[in-house]
Amino acid sequence: MFEEALLHVCNLNKQFGSGCSQCSNPSSRMLEKNYCPACGTVYACQDISFDLFPGEILGIVGESGSGKSTMMQCMYFDEEVTSGEAFINDTTLEGENVFALSSQKKRYIRNNKYGMVYQNPVHGLKMNFSSVGNIAEKLIAAGNRHVADMEQTSRELLESVHIPLFRMKEEPQYFSGGMQQRVQIAKALSNNPPVLFLDEVTTGLDLSVQANVLDLIKNIQRESGISMIVVSHDLAVIRMLADRTIVMLNGSIIEEGLTDQILEDPQHAYTQQLVYSLL
Amino acid sequence: MALLKMSDFGKRFTIHYLGKTMPAVEDINFSLEAGEFIGIVGRSGSGKSTILKSIYRTYLPDTGSILYDSERFGLIDLAQAAEREVLYLRKYEIGYVSQFLNVMPRTTTRELVEKALLEMDEPHETACLKAEKALEHFELDPKLWDAYPNTFSGGEKLRLNIAMATVKKPRLLLLDEPTASLDQHSKEKVREVIQALKASGTTLVGIFHDIEFMEELCDSVFYMQTQELAKKAQAGVGYES
Ligand SMILES: Nc1ncnc2c1ncn2[C@@H]1O[C@H](COP(=O)(O)OP(=O)(O)OP(=O)(O)O)[C@@H](O)[C@H]1O
Ligand SMILES: Nc1ncnc2c1ncn2[C@@H]1O[C@H](COP(=O)(O)OP(=O)(O)OP(=O)(O)O)[C@@H](O)[C@H]1O
Ligand SMILES: [Mg+2]
Ligand SMILES: [Mg+2]
Ligand SMILES: [Zn+2]
Repeated sequence: MFEEALLHVCNLNKQFGSGCSQCSNPSSRMLEKNYCPACGTVYACQDISFDLFPGEILGIVGESGSGKSTMMQCMYFDEEVTSGEAFINDTTLEGENVFALSSQKKRYIRNNKYGMVYQNPVHGLKMNFSSVGNIAEKLIAAGNRHVADMEQTSRELLESVHIPLFRMKEEPQYFSGGMQQRVQIAKALSNNPPVLFLDEVTTGLDLSVQANVLDLIKNIQRESGISMIVVSHDLAVIRMLADRTIVMLNGSIIEEGLTDQILEDPQHAYTQQLVYSLL
Repeated sequence: MALLKMSDFGKRFTIHYLGKTMPAVEDINFSLEAGEFIGIVGRSGSGKSTILKSIYRTYLPDTGSILYDSERFGLIDLAQAAEREVLYLRKYEIGYVSQFLNVMPRTTTRELVEKALLEMDEPHETACLKAEKALEHFELDPKLWDAYPNTFSGGEKLRLNIAMATVKKPRLLLLDEPTASLDQHSKEKVREVIQALKASGTTLVGIFHDIEFMEELCDSVFYMQTQELAKKAQAGVGYES
């Protein structure tokens, strides 16, 4: 390969439940979608492997329940993986499976290497802190101490996501859904992370607001060259943002390719169904 | 060494809801040298677009190889190349033009052409100038430069498409009916750019419904029906196989 992956994920598995004799062997387990009818264990992510390269937007698409959010939460250490490895191409983390690191080191990665925009803004924002306060919180976590600098950075970030100056001291709980997502994006970007995770950032927003948030993401990517993983159940969002796309079904990756290839020459029956429904 | 060489290339489509697999093209063999222009001729549905889209990886190649002599990677099989390698080649070496405009929404005509240059590390100031020059060359009304192309006519979209692909001066340019909805005057403009690109060393593979237009530009023609490549006679008119 002519370049090195920034993030390398190998065989990520996440199950909810302890499994039983009928489902513990991956090659012979008989599931209903991702669920073992015998013991009720949910196999939310099964053997997920992928690379994220510098400066790219990787799209992940799949129906509700396919494991997209679980995968993102595992990457961001919100959830503990059942098994698997992830490597970050960074001199201080060379060769380290980050899933196996101490919670202190994981916190360091979250604060300095990763940004996360959650499907539900309630998970990404303190709704009763001001917008500036929300960003300051993340800046402090990343080691900043200088108050005036932090204010300045917060202002610039909020401005860059088009939150008007006079509303910056307001609490996001009084903002519209689109504005909340934009504050979340500003917060996620505040520590200049090389990797940004975006989980259904536009779901539930009005079409014109969706367009606005998508344009914002595209511009950020173009200007900062930050690598992003964009999760959506909506192929139209993926088509607009992603260079490469992974398709998930029942916790597994069923197909991956260049986004235009996935759209024009889908291989898997499920992907074909997804694409035909878009047209 | 050939710049592009397709060997025993084949592509099938499986449509799952029909439970059917259909071959689109089989056993395609041709190669072209750097700076050559090859035209592909065949009836509708014979697989001309399939060949171009497979070179560009919009379609996933099935069988055979598509060897391309890349500046960055050396000899590379486009049928096997990694996704990131293909993305790199699309950005820096291989262009593709079709009748259909498939661009970022809410991006102006000017921005689209500039972006094509900026992504290959052209500095901002020269990207601006080159973009304007390209739009001027294809006689897109300056009123349209700062508009979104969604509402453009077929010919305007096509001219924008060609402008976006040709400003990059790609090493290999794939043209899928690039004159399909153009009037005679616009076709002349396309011809000029193709000739200029060819003179500067670009290798081209093109599909044209306008045989006359094609014959004046191509060095050889690949006939889908007979799967034969005919070299154009040195003198000008006529072909020999
Ligand atoms: N804490 C949990 N306990 C048990 N099962 C869970 C838990 N969290 C998620 N799941 C299950 O894991 C599977 C994957 O859920 P996930 O939220 O990752 O899906 P998703 O692809 O993000 O779906 P959506 O598009 O609806 O957001 C689902 O079957 C879900 O019910
Ligand atoms: N994405 C696709 N999925 C399924 N079948 C396809 C797809 N693209 C092309 N085909 C089929 O492959 C065959 C070749 O199509 P192709 O578009 O390459 O023909 P063409 O020679 O370019 O025709 P035209 O002159 O009409 O543009 C046709 O039978 C077509 O239906
Ligand atoms: Mg989800
Ligand atoms: Mg065609
Ligand atoms: Zn079980």
